[in-house]
Amino acid sequence: MTIPAGQKILSIQELKTYFYSHQGVARAVDGVSFDLNKGEVLGVVGESGCGKSVTAQSVMQLVPDPPGKIVGGKILFHEKNLLTLPQKEIRKIRGSGIAMIFQEPMTSLNPVFTIGNQISEMFRIHKGYGKKQALLAATEMLDRVQIPSPHKRVHEYPHQLSGGMRQRVMIAMALSCDPEILIADEPTTALDVTVQAQILDLMQTLKREYNTAIQLITHDLGVIAEMTDRVVVMYAGQVVEEAKTRELFKNTLHPYTRGLLKSIPVLGKRTASDRQELTEIKGMIPSLTNLPKGCRFSNRCPQAMDICTQQAPELTGDGSGHNVRCWLHNRIQDHG
Amino acid sequence: MDKPLLKIDNLKVHFPIKKGFFGTTGEVVHAVDGVSFELKKGEILGIVGESGCGKTTVGMAAMYLTPPTEGHVFWEGEDIGKMRPSRLRALRQKMQLIFQDPYSSLNPRMTVRQILSDPMDIHKVFTGKDRKERLEFLLTTVGLSPNAADRYPHEFSGGQRQRIGIARALALNPTLIIGDEPVSALDVSIQAQIINLLIRLKQTFDLSMIIISHDLAVVEYICDRIIVMYLGKIVESAGFSSLYSTPRHPYTQTLLSAIPVPDPEKKTKRIILKGDVPSPIDPPSGCRFHTRCPQKMVLCETQEPEMKQFGSGHSAACHLY
Repeated sequence: MTIPAGQKILSIQELKTYFYSHQGVARAVDGVSFDLNKGEVLGVVGESGCGKSVTAQSVMQLVPDPPGKIVGGKILFHEKNLLTLPQKEIRKIRGSGIAMIFQEPMTSLNPVFTIGNQISEMFRIHKGYGKKQALLAATEMLDRVQIPSPHKRVHEYPHQLSGGMRQRVMIAMALSCDPEILIADEPTTALDVTVQAQILDLMQTLKREYNTAIQLITHDLGVIAEMTDRVVVMYAGQVVEEAKTRELFKNTLHPYTRGLLKSIPVLGKRTASDRQELTEIKGMIPSLTNLPKGCRFSNRCPQAMDICTQQAPELTGDGSGHNVRCWLHNRIQDHG
Repeated sequence: MDKPLLKIDNLKVHFPIKKGFFGTTGEVVHAVDGVSFELKKGEILGIVGESGCGKTTVGMAAMYLTPPTEGHVFWEGEDIGKMRPSRLRALRQKMQLIFQDPYSSLNPRMTVRQILSDPMDIHKVFTGKDRKERLEFLLTTVGLSPNAADRYPHEFSGGQRQRIGIARALALNPTLIIGDEPVSALDVSIQAQIINLLIRLKQTFDLSMIIISHDLAVVEYICDRIIVMYLGKIVESAGFSSLYSTPRHPYTQTLLSAIPVPDPEKKTKRIILKGDVPSPIDPPSGCRFHTRCPQKMVLCETQEPEMKQFGSGHSAACHLY
């Protein structure tokens, strides 16, 4: 690719994905905008129901319809809006332009086909390889993701592999067509810590090798700190804060992000035998069908002001790339 | 000296693998293979390890929900295995469980009142007029409103359901609570609420606890003493601070280094292990960790290491020492 590092290759603009159910309209993703730059690892962090996975599914256009529907916004991949492209074009981009790996490697692999068969499908469809050639390429991919004795493994079925191996197979499949973007949705959540360390290490190595931009979706702030260059924090279908990773941890602006960081027990922090209470975020995430008026975090926010329950804040920043959706930091807007 | 509340002595739990029509084969899963520890009154003990290390089975066997294949469990000096069934049943009042998944551990067809009353009906306590008061007390203790009693589990969020599970465990005024991954299924902001609740309850009701978890950070925060398990055996046991500051066993060191730290300024050197946890059907000879250990010696392949003491309650099973 001729695009230099730092240039945006994926731009999500005012994306809105709603789910229509008997209880009403769940605004799962409600005006989400962020960019992904070439060669960057972007973390998307948030709790369940914040819309982080639905955003990724919208990019791949894998949102189950019905009940889901992308009702607004743009997703620009190389300046082309994916939302207006015909299905045929989308299929070409899926896999070869943008690839995705999922949380649960067991359910995302087909149990009745060998892993060799499933990886070589990528080469047959996207690159037009013959059967033999594709299988050879698949074996090579298994070797790339450091699966021992790939020649033997290529003929095995998913149930014969461990959880960590299956996730390696998923990564092999995702990277087989040199995608420019890899979307990893909670890739290590189902794995044990020592295996998680292996997979994170592998992802870092492959990122360097292939120069793939990675959008890493996770709820684990530890993984965010170790893996990402930039972070987007989501809450109830919106981006609430966005910054370079170091900046976000050092200079946390949004009360929700601050709450998240303070609520996790950190290894080695507890020194005396009597522990300090963990900071709780009071209450729970609002229902997406019945969102509070004003700021969506206002009913749980320790610093909520009058305006917060009346008017929804915009995502604003000082131009340094650190943006926040909060009335506490909304000075810029006041000045126009 | 005071007798420990719970003493586990050389506990082994083996599960035969059923195969074929008659369900017989020689293969056995060595889920727990010779585990010994004590729990003092008022102590919070953590058991950590990866999936398949036997930590849940230890918890189940400690309550005699899974009868051990070998070894003994002593409750205040009395061998649970030798108790009459009626005595064991009475003892179960004193030990209660909190489960991992707040969605599947509550019966969806029962109201919260029925869920909380069930254990009290079985043990015939808090009957008649006391019941209403007891229910209100339990619900407010775990931070729910008393009118939650007539609602069904599906009306609650994950964190609230976990509170119901905790209220159920408290219903009979237990002495010991075993929490099997009590916060793993919860979101981080909810997790903090439940951790704080558990610690508060421990202090108000003078409970002893065993917390089983794969999350070392959570266990270190809650527990006084931590046991690290690998493939059915204890590899290290220590107080929370000495385990973190001076981990002795290479497995503990790996585990600690593998946990991502939420601080981008701190670049930790991760120890990356090769391969996966071996099968507990045919565990490796000698030290069970030798197939993945970065500091393996020849001795480790053949000879099983003994538990060695390092003072102040810190012990580890490794040939390096």
